[in-house]
Amino acid sequence: MALSITVEFSGGAELLCGNVKKHSLNLPKQEHKWKIRDLLVWIRDNMIQERPELFMQGDTVRPGILVLINEADWELMGELEYELEENDRIVFISTLHGG
Amino acid sequence: GDALCKDCFFWAFEEEIHQVITDGHLFSAGDSVAIGASGGKDSTVLAYTLKLLNERYNYGLQLFLLSVDEGITGYRDDSLETVKRNQHQYELPLTIVSYEDLYGWSMDSIVKQVGLKNNCTFCGVFRRQALDRGAIKVGATKIVTGHNADDVAETVIMNGELLLLQTSGYSFCLPHIWIFCLFLQHIIARLRRCTAITTGAEGYLPRCKPFKYTYEKEIVMYAYFKKLDYFSTECIYSPNAYRLCQTYIKDLEKHPTRSHGVVR
Repeated sequence: MALSITVEFSGGAELLCGNVKKHSLNLPKQEHKWKIRDLLVWIRDNMIQERPELFMQGDTVRPGILVLINEADWELMGELEYELEENDRIVFISTLHGG
Repeated sequence: GDALCKDCFFWAFEEEIHQVITDGHLFSAGDSVAIGASGGKDSTVLAYTLKLLNERYNYGLQLFLLSVDEGITGYRDDSLETVKRNQHQYELPLTIVSYEDLYGWSMDSIVKQVGLKNNCTFCGVFRRQALDRGAIKVGATKIVTGHNADDVAETVIMNGELLLLQTSGYSFCLPHIWIFCLFLQHIIARLRRCTAITTGAEGYLPRCKPFKYTYEKEIVMYAYFKKLDYFSTECIYSPNAYRLCQTYIKDLEKHPTRSHGVVR
């Protein structure tokens, strides 16, 4: 069964995916549970339209991009190892701009 | 490194700023304070927080929003629209001073002449002066800016690297250890000056940085959860000016004591 989640981009990160902030996704079924680490790769390969190096560095988000899972800092949720659930809301906020 | 619920986070954030303001004696009752406002995350959160704390703790301050229009089409004109909204959202008077009015030219016209080369360096210098002149125009006695711990750490590292480069260039000419010590004193004094929470040279209004010890991440989280309106695009004339340094700071932040150590 596909996994339905919402992904949002903010703080300028939306520019990497056609200036669209909110996306409803149906992730394809796979053998093991979807983790954030899988989601990042999927987003980079399917949603990022330009400059993927501004979104990911190695196997994680580029330094300066904050990740929220259901309104909580991903550091409290296990970061890359967090296993996605139905209707989860993941937000990516870029901080790499003037203040 | 604590886990807090949303409301506790708001309270902790606000109280930490209040502590920095009181410990640093940043303001006196009756001060007219011009908030350097670019429409970006730091200055928007600064305006919101200062207004809140001024009311909560009766600092007795008169607050103004002060913006500088460098004349950068596609960047500054858009961000100023954000500041104009902030003016209504926070009910604070707004003054905009422009390079065009002050100096008779804009960054657009300068870049057209000289190209995309070190534009940030002199733009920063002119903006500093423009802020001063704008603040005097509105009768302010102090200027506050939204520089945060990440910005201060960047300044330390960039200046430190520059000064180390200068030192290494001179080191072979300094046979005497006492000359080297004098040079080291100069480096330390310069780093102290550029990172002090309150600065104010002869003839300039004093300016302070209430967010000096606040992580950029906290500011962004606060703005996000409070749904504050801010502008978030990079200046078109600074493509990768210091991105390497920013990335280095963010890498450091994976170990929080290290980047905070740079600031302290």
